[in-house]
Amino acid sequence: MSTDTLLTVANVTRRFGGLVANSNVSMTVHRGEMLGLIGPNGAGKSTLFNLIAGTFPPNEGRILFEGQDITGLPAPARCRLGIARTFQVPRSFDSMSVLDNVMVGAFAKVPGSHAARRTAIETLDFCSLAHRTEASAGDLTPPEKRRLEVARALATKPKLLLLDEVMTGLTPSEARLGVELVRKVRDQGVTVIMVEHVMEIVMPLVDRAVVLNLGKVLAEGKPKDVVRDDAVITAYLGERHRAA
Amino acid sequence: MTTDVLPFPPATGLLPRRRNQLLVAAAVFAAIALIPFLVRDVYLQNVLVLTLLYAAVSQSWNILGGYCGQISLGHALYFGIGAYATSVLFVTYGVVPWGGMLVGGVLSAAIALLLGYPCFRLKGHYFSIATIVIAEIGLVLVHNWDFVGGALGIQWPFGSDSWWTLQFARDKVPYVHLALGLLAITWFVTFLIEGSRWGYWWRAVKDNPEAAESLGVEIFHSKMAAAAVSAFFTAVGGSFYASFLAYIDPESVMSFRFSLLFALPAVLGGIGTLWGPVVGAAILIPLTEITRSYLGGSGSGIDLIIYGGLIMLVSLAKPEGLLSLFRRKPKAEARS
Repeated sequence: MSTDTLLTVANVTRRFGGLVANSNVSMTVHRGEMLGLIGPNGAGKSTLFNLIAGTFPPNEGRILFEGQDITGLPAPARCRLGIARTFQVPRSFDSMSVLDNVMVGAFAKVPGSHAARRTAIETLDFCSLAHRTEASAGDLTPPEKRRLEVARALATKPKLLLLDEVMTGLTPSEARLGVELVRKVRDQGVTVIMVEHVMEIVMPLVDRAVVLNLGKVLAEGKPKDVVRDDAVITAYLGERHRAA
Repeated sequence: MTTDVLPFPPATGLLPRRRNQLLVAAAVFAAIALIPFLVRDVYLQNVLVLTLLYAAVSQSWNILGGYCGQISLGHALYFGIGAYATSVLFVTYGVVPWGGMLVGGVLSAAIALLLGYPCFRLKGHYFSIATIVIAEIGLVLVHNWDFVGGALGIQWPFGSDSWWTLQFARDKVPYVHLALGLLAITWFVTFLIEGSRWGYWWRAVKDNPEAAESLGVEIFHSKMAAAAVSAFFTAVGGSFYASFLAYIDPESVMSFRFSLLFALPAVLGGIGTLWGPVVGAAILIPLTEITRSYLGGSGSGIDLIIYGGLIMLVSLAKPEGLLSLFRRKPKAEARS
């Protein structure tokens, strides 16, 4: 294993009852890279995402983070190791202020409230949410809520950030700001895995794309190669559009 | 918009907002300490003692129910453990109530952890139902346990007035100050928790457990810690109540009614807030005592009907409790 491998997913299978959501999936993520996880609905993207975040364990296979086997580790322990995530449907702590939300994340690494507040304020500033510090999280607009999700995850000082459809439902101008933020995060040296539906956003942004279909890895490579892949076009558009 | 957290918070010391809360608390508690010197009527002093006691125990309940979001309707169990531990130790073994308070508190915290182990695997209403059932089992056990007096209960011996044995037959004023001290301590503990990592974690667990887990919060440990602290101070309240009554039996310290009376002030005043339980108790307890003395008899349940009405009113009109009436709304900003 090369030293710059951050995450290894090895032959992972996850079943829900009779449904095989991920079947023998393998992939590696390099330190500092931005990886897109794409595929049509029901391809198993969210399942793989949740397996990496530790929401539930795989039935078979192993997951390694910085060479350490984390297959059996629950989500909080993975967070402390340096894996942070956002949720597809934002899950803010609505009875708390924006600052308090981000402080919860900061407490993952620092025990003192002063240090946590400082981290949170810096992170909010980084995510262009400083003007909403005192607002109640429940009062945020949908794009602000997505920013809050990112800020909260970043406050845990992650090495790997998992973004679950952070651009979904944004207007084109909001999405442009979102892309800017994700680029800034990567420039900080954080490795990013994005699950995304919107191809025209994800493709220019990522270094590499992994395409899932029916729970299996269909293709993997540079974005411009992946979109020309026959199997990928068939999976998305059906047999008729192949090589059109 | 306040700027006490922007742009650079102090590296040490209290935030201005927190310091103000402490000053307000000191002023309020000091003012309450003077009341018994102005109001000499023993009946009213009695009402004041009960109000302060319920405020303190409701604040303890609030630690688990309000901050951590685990609605217990079985806190009468911990209250009873405190009352019984203190009474048995004092009457049978001659240990002063101060020791009984500590023993009862630690015992309750230990039992809360023991019960939390299975119960915190239950969510929402199922957890609440389990707490009711467990408290009722405790009540039945005590009823049939001769060592602690069974259904007859325990009568404290009469002695001279003493801060050592917490017996004051002639003058109620020391009880007012004891109950006030208990309230001040539970308030201050809650204040400390609110500003600490635990406080943030507990509120995160209440608001959204899945998101909390993703941010490194150990949900089960958080609930266990909240339950232990909450049970400890509830039991200390029970200890005080036993010395105040100088006679306890199962119904008078462990009936389901108490579990309700600990939860309701917090719900009425504002669940998960520092002052909610105090405000709630200041309204509910005098109301109960006054309806009781005017309408006669404690068994009529009129007070509970009034509670029910109040709670329905609050949950329909102001689900966050009465305190939310006074909270300044953050300015509505233009939405993009």
